Amino acid sequence: MIKESVLKTDDSVYRQQVAAGDYFIKVVKKDQTFRILDIEGNQAADTLFYNANDPAERYSAMDTIREQGNVYLTAGTKLLSNENNVMLEIVADTCGRHDTLGGACATESNTVRYALEKKCMHACRDSWMLAVAENEEYGLSKRDISHNINFFMNVPVTSEGGLSFEDGISGSGKYVEMKANMDTIILLSNCPQLNNPCNGYNPTPVEVIIWD
Amino acid sequence: MTMASLKAEAGTILYEDRLAAGCHWSIRMRKGSVLKLIDEEGGANVGMLFYNPENLLERYNAPDTLKCQHTFKLTKGNCLYSDMGRIFCSIIEDTVGWHETVCGNTTRQMIKEKWAEKTYQHHHNDWNQNGYDSFLIELAKYGLGKKDMASNLNLFSAVSVNAEGALQYTEANSKAGDSIELRFEMDTLVLMHTCPHPLNTAADYPKKAVRYQLIQGAEVQKDDYCLNFREENGRGFKNNEIFHLSGACCHD
Repeated sequence: MIKESVLKTDDSVYRQQVAAGDYFIKVVKKDQTFRILDIEGNQAADTLFYNANDPAERYSAMDTIREQGNVYLTAGTKLLSNENNVMLEIVADTCGRHDTLGGACATESNTVRYALEKKCMHACRDSWMLAVAENEEYGLSKRDISHNINFFMNVPVTSEGGLSFEDGISGSGKYVEMKANMDTIILLSNCPQLNNPCNGYNPTPVEVIIWD
Repeated sequence: MTMASLKAEAGTILYEDRLAAGCHWSIRMRKGSVLKLIDEEGGANVGMLFYNPENLLERYNAPDTLKCQHTFKLTKGNCLYSDMGRIFCSIIEDTVGWHETVCGNTTRQMIKEKWAEKTYQHHHNDWNQNGYDSFLIELAKYGLGKKDMASNLNLFSAVSVNAEGALQYTEANSKAGDSIELRFEMDTLVLMHTCPHPLNTAADYPKKAVRYQLIQGAEVQKDDYCLNFREENGRGFKNNEIFHLSGACCHD
């Protein structure tokens, strides 16, 4: 569902560009709103969320999908934790649909999907591994790397049970905005994947913008 | 005498048991062995998770399993992948046709709201156990916890998706006597429960038991159905081969 935001970037309290292949980690406070902006279009932002006060509570794709009865995420979606609490709610979305089935790319899964020789191509999980290693204060490790959201990514499922990675439905300037229902760690990898259309074969920066 | 000479003939049932409804259990499967699960009376659900017993951080990965095989449903030919690009097991036989892996588990709260809370105090082992607690208990036996609980399989249960993405639970997906056979391609810790699927629409908490058999598997041949089911599976098998070459395991 397309729903535009009423927030103005001039009123924001924080702005940070994230280059393709980099990670972003930060706590958003309860009742803050944050936006992920697809600056140039067709850029997947692989994202995980944790309760900042108890990171064992984290975003759960299964619980979110089942409780809303739909596999796609958009405005109105409540992002649930593994304890079935609402962590965030998507309050604006100009893309219309986001994926939470496809998971993140990893060097190991790239060997299966594309070729064993592609094991040294940069991948989202490597960005997350570096993020948890460089930011020990969050207390995260590989154990915490779970089933994520792919903002701006298009992974259609057919009624016969097929699933594919299609050209993005996002475009330059499209965004998704969430309001935090608890203090939440955002762990985002701006996807470096070059082997499928999720980034239009040309990964580009995204921007994170936060409002009080 | 070598271990190989003690091996039973392929297809031999080495052990058979029954998992009552609303139960949980865990077993370690050896590379080359087969786990066959049989739905006794129809309508069963088996929640399942896999871990590498040598490195418990390596676990079943539903997204990788689905995306690398371009599928939302799981059936014969599909391989079930770890987050490290390896295959825990292959679905070598399946009379059901569709197993799902995105809807998760029932919780205590969900059972209370949907059916009825039946506590141990009042109902003893006829209580209404839930899938989430079942996994927590099995995970804790290996020093694992809720951080390690990945998106699980719900064997025997199907959920389809329409053009708008809406989920539809399939009624009576599995019939009495239906079965699925998992051939393990590496040593694997298997956690399972027989609690109901969270979208089950039954009026009362469904009590469905399963039988399971441990079967001696046959060696994987070049023309193996799962190995050749998709190009990606060929590469997955190659990753397992490299893993075993490096001395990670030596049970053959």
